[in-house]
Amino acid sequence: MAIWLRRSRSLAHYLKAEIGFWKVPNQRSFLNPCFFNPENSSSTTLTGENYGNPASFLGNSPTLFGSRRFESIKSGREELDLEYENSGHQNQAMDFPGGRISFTSEMKFISESPRERIPCYRVLDYDGLPIMHSSFVEVSKEEALKMFSSMVTLETMDTILYEAQRQGRISFYLTSIGEEAINIATAAALTPHDVVLPQYREPGVLLWRGFTLQEFSNQCFGNKADYGKGRQMPIHYGSNKHNYFTVSSTIATQIPQAVGAAYSLKMDKKDACVVTYFGDGGTSEGDFHAGLNFAAVMEAPVVYICRNNGWAISTPVSQQFRSDGVVVKGKAYGIQSIRVDGNDALAVYSATRAAREMAITEQKPILIEMLTYRVGHHSTSDDSTKYRPVDEIEHWKTARNPISRFRKWVDKNGWWSDKDESELRVNVRKQLLQAIQVAEKAEKPPISNLFTDVYESLPSNLCEQEELLRESIKRHPQDYPSDVPV
Amino acid sequence: MERDARVCVIGEDVGHYGGSYKVTKDLANKYGDLRVLDTPIAENSFTGMAIGAAMTGLRPIIEGMNMGFLLLAFNQISNNCGMLHYTSGGQFTIPVVIRGPGGVGRQLGAEHSQRLESYFQSIPGIQMVACSTPYNAKGLMKAAIRSENPVILFEHVLLYNLKERIPDEEYVLNLEEAEMVRPGEHITILTYSRMRYHVMQAAKTLVNKGYDPEVIDIRSLKPFDLHTIGNSVKKTHRVLIVEECMRTGGIGASLTTAINENFHDYLDAPVVCLSSQDVPTPYAGTLEEWTVVQPTQIVTAVEQLCH
Repeated sequence: MAIWLRRSRSLAHYLKAEIGFWKVPNQRSFLNPCFFNPENSSSTTLTGENYGNPASFLGNSPTLFGSRRFESIKSGREELDLEYENSGHQNQAMDFPGGRISFTSEMKFISESPRERIPCYRVLDYDGLPIMHSSFVEVSKEEALKMFSSMVTLETMDTILYEAQRQGRISFYLTSIGEEAINIATAAALTPHDVVLPQYREPGVLLWRGFTLQEFSNQCFGNKADYGKGRQMPIHYGSNKHNYFTVSSTIATQIPQAVGAAYSLKMDKKDACVVTYFGDGGTSEGDFHAGLNFAAVMEAPVVYICRNNGWAISTPVSQQFRSDGVVVKGKAYGIQSIRVDGNDALAVYSATRAAREMAITEQKPILIEMLTYRVGHHSTSDDSTKYRPVDEIEHWKTARNPISRFRKWVDKNGWWSDKDESELRVNVRKQLLQAIQVAEKAEKPPISNLFTDVYESLPSNLCEQEELLRESIKRHPQDYPSDVPV
Repeated sequence: MERDARVCVIGEDVGHYGGSYKVTKDLANKYGDLRVLDTPIAENSFTGMAIGAAMTGLRPIIEGMNMGFLLLAFNQISNNCGMLHYTSGGQFTIPVVIRGPGGVGRQLGAEHSQRLESYFQSIPGIQMVACSTPYNAKGLMKAAIRSENPVILFEHVLLYNLKERIPDEEYVLNLEEAEMVRPGEHITILTYSRMRYHVMQAAKTLVNKGYDPEVIDIRSLKPFDLHTIGNSVKKTHRVLIVEECMRTGGIGASLTTAINENFHDYLDAPVVCLSSQDVPTPYAGTLEEWTVVQPTQIVTAVEQLCH
């Protein structure tokens, strides 16, 4: 008995099956002779009859997701007594629900903070030179230039649309300034089939996937061409054809939804994963914890990307959590995690590629904490100079800028020049201003869109309410905005 | 689940355990552990998970072990489930079914005796139905699963043991239709879920006393089937609503308003609504019995209305 348990313990570790109270008969252990060898296992009489017919569990499971069979606690307890008899005082370990644990006679509390913080993976130094011995995924010239110009486009779009809000042309905006590397490099590491569930500071992913400046502007101006039909506030982009879920303002609600999307991919056995983003603040929400836990239990192919930019509106990370950032939380849920320099485009790209690979082939979640800084204000409703020093913001805007850092690397490879830079910036600016003009002049969605899509088809109460509204408008035409079609 | 491979069940203990009221019994054996998924205890999260799955093409059925626990899922239900079809401009649909046992049972305690229909009724974008017999439970469930809208299906803890002969052939009921239980002439009694049985019991007494009540099980809690209800009001001119919800902000409150606004010309008397009191459900059996509307109270109310 003792021999069997010890041997299968190491095998169990390898097979990711659990022994003791919780038997996990997955397809691999089913074929393992050790598991069913009657000679070695004196517990077959206890567990065997409870085990029942394995084929009925495994037959219909479409994926590697193992069947679970919970045995009676009674049989487990008997097994425990037997083990104790056999092993006596030699074995310093015992079975509890959840697996085998070894004992210690030393009462030692695990420290709340490690002596050293988890190190951060980076590839490029501040001069844009690859650090010695750094391992990273090679990026072709074409890919690198696309990444670079997308980062510049994103920065330009943010700057100009922010100004547009300040001028009163749009009602709201929020920038991703300082986080361009995370936005673009993660997007570049994914395929168009990977489903993206954003928080709201990741328009760069949509930009990479082909969303045009016109489409962005249309949503911000809420005109007739907006895919959201003018119903949401600016920056709440969504596009099913780009596999980018519509932004929902609520924090962290996308985290468990990501598990659901991954569940769907798993059922269909698609060669794709789900990627979801959230900030440091989002990790305090209950949905973060439950979502990560679910992903681990369900073996869901999700890549969780935390943009730890140091601030949740005015709350610094020191007031958000007391752990060593977000990366250590992955371990708590049984999720492989890594900490990455979020302002290093190559590091972000490599880590995301690797994470995606693992998530799909091994069908499990991965957590990536990307350290960065929120250079802009939280949104146009915020003035961050009220709660943080201006020189801190300046430092991150200039010396720690992810775009200029990547530029240096691109330059050193001889792929870019100052002339290219100024041409690009002028072009993007022109395109964007044009797009904004078009979007501003375009017609707004008609009043009928107020009532459609609440349900699949218009129910009677909404028909009634629409009629009442139209009557009101007819009676008071002077109070109704002239640029909104009826 | 047999007809459509995209249908799956997500909830706590729905797999091999078969669900807290055995609604999903044996489904895990038939369809596997992935399609009948046991989740950790986090209602907001597995509801969110189902929403994400629905947006990616599946048709999940979320089971709340007890409806009351779905209060934890309110954020996902209101802010995402009800909203995302609208805010995405129709790009994403959320064809989920949210179901579970609710209502006042036999001494389950206040936290397990919630009537969530009153809390959820305001959420735009969702539909609500309540089943009351094996026949309509099957028909409404099928309709809910096939609907492209998110539907909340309210089951009642005390009605799971009902037995009834139902057709072998496939049938799907209309989610927005009320059920005429007993046609009559004197008074319209509107009810749903368990209270239907109290009403029918009262109806027996009333018939013996010479009254002819028309009993309608409204079934569709959002939106109301004002067509069937209206026709009845136009015939009888008197309305009594019998519900298990609490008095304040319940389904009865909304229904009273709807009837008054639409049919007040046809009413000979004000609409009367019998509901549970605005108290948490006590554990003591005798007290619990008197927080739900009893047949004797229904009889008295009818007698007073028809006076």
